[in-house]
Amino acid sequence: MLLVLAVLLVIVIDVVRNGVSRLTLDFLSKGPSEGMTAGGILPAIVGTVAMVVLMTVAALPAGVATAVYLHEYASPTAVTTRIIRVAVNNLAGVPSIVFGLFGLGFFVQFAGRGIDKVFFGGAKVYGQPALLWAALTMAVLTLPVVIVATEEALAAVSRDVRLASAALGATRFQTVVRVVLPQAVPGILTGAILAVSRGAGEVAPILFTGAAYFLPTLPHALHDQFMQLGYHVYVLATQSPDVDATRPLLYSTVLVLLGLTFALNASAIVVRSRMRRKLGSHA
Amino acid sequence: MNYGAAQVIAPAQSGHLSVTQLSVYYGDKKAMGPVDMHIPGRQVTALIGPSGCGKSTFLRSLNRMNELIPGCRVEGEVKLDDEPIYGSNVDAVAVRRRIGMVFQKSNPFPKSIYENVAYGLRIGGVNDRSELGGRIERALEQAALWDEVKDRLHESALGLSGGQQQRLCIARALAVEPDVILMDEPASALDPIATARIEELIHELARSYTVVIVTHNMQQAARVSHHTAFFFMGDLVEFDRTDVIFTKPRRPKTEDYITGRFG
Repeated sequence: MLLVLAVLLVIVIDVVRNGVSRLTLDFLSKGPSEGMTAGGILPAIVGTVAMVVLMTVAALPAGVATAVYLHEYASPTAVTTRIIRVAVNNLAGVPSIVFGLFGLGFFVQFAGRGIDKVFFGGAKVYGQPALLWAALTMAVLTLPVVIVATEEALAAVSRDVRLASAALGATRFQTVVRVVLPQAVPGILTGAILAVSRGAGEVAPILFTGAAYFLPTLPHALHDQFMQLGYHVYVLATQSPDVDATRPLLYSTVLVLLGLTFALNASAIVVRSRMRRKLGSHA
Repeated sequence: MNYGAAQVIAPAQSGHLSVTQLSVYYGDKKAMGPVDMHIPGRQVTALIGPSGCGKSTFLRSLNRMNELIPGCRVEGEVKLDDEPIYGSNVDAVAVRRRIGMVFQKSNPFPKSIYENVAYGLRIGGVNDRSELGGRIERALEQAALWDEVKDRLHESALGLSGGQQQRLCIARALAVEPDVILMDEPASALDPIATARIEELIHELARSYTVVIVTHNMQQAARVSHHTAFFFMGDLVEFDRTDVIFTKPRRPKTEDYITGRFG
């Protein structure tokens, strides 16, 4: 316990001490320049946020729907239910770089090229690494987190209110939508928080599916490539011709990445506690 | 006070239930039956018997709530006003709209008082504000709760006392205007004063609804019901006017139970 705290403190203090000096408004509002030894990280911040938002939009409905099916509809002993559960658990154990390769193979090469063939006459629009594909790949990676958290939230909704709803002539669907899900929202948001933190920090899944080494402009469309903070840290640390010159920038980038993750978490926690208070329960 | 004493078995009225050869199984194990019983409309029928005698199982089979228990199977027939509720073309959801239920533990939704009572109406497609308002007021009045909550309709139902919560659950069940209200030990978790209010209410409800109540409390059965059914080991032992059951039961088993010799 203390050890964990100490490690965390050392990391945070080191990052803040070395990173705070370069953390200016320019750094946050400009693109990188002069071979990444100067300028800022705005494209990486925007890219990270855009990717995480898209990922959440994709993963949350799919994950919640899966969990609702598994917990509210499927028979717990049915073969299909067991297969889905095994699949979800295995999905959670797959190394993230494998998700990257999967994203490249399935989303970029298969789905993207398919879209290009059908809608763009074979021109390369979606058939290349892009924000959309990176976000979807990350959504697949975070899906198990959302599913597990949602299932736990559903299980916490008491049987009493389900029975009450049924006794009033509600169908199962009405009970799920009007009684069970509203009570499960705080738990689902917990899942979303975990997914977002994971998605903001992972780099491997987006290596081949959308993250760019360097872009002077911000992403404008779903099929644009984008810069991402985690990947930018990797680039600054290992791919720069002059590592000493980029080190201060590196620290500041890490600081921003940490700050962004904390901010995303904190806002979700605030939303969750508001919902809890509104429900008047401690679920 | 014995509400049941002066009543006679009434002719078939709207809201009466006919039970024919009804048996309930959990998996392969028979939990109850076969039971034949005619529950008269617009009266209170009490189901008594020791724990595990099948009275709650019987109650749940009257509005098909037992179908929510995995492995539960029902044989036989239940008719509400001569319409079979277990027919292959009958929707359990539709049955539960006509035969409502109040549970042992009050279970209001974590919503406002207003939304709790509105719930059954809303899922039934009533969304007109003035209609909702009128029916909610009527239901709360019928449940003798209106005066206590009329100024706080939009506050959480979880802020009410236990007795108020249970009356809210009754109001919620009344709002959809069912023919029959089933009650599974509705007062067993309440203090004596709250219990008295619920009993008064049950008696009052019998003017407009058929009430079937499971109770562990024999004084309660004697106080509120017109008819009483005694269940033992999954069988219906005796069913008669409440005054008959409590003064001169025909079966020795019934007498043993009501005099407290067992159970």
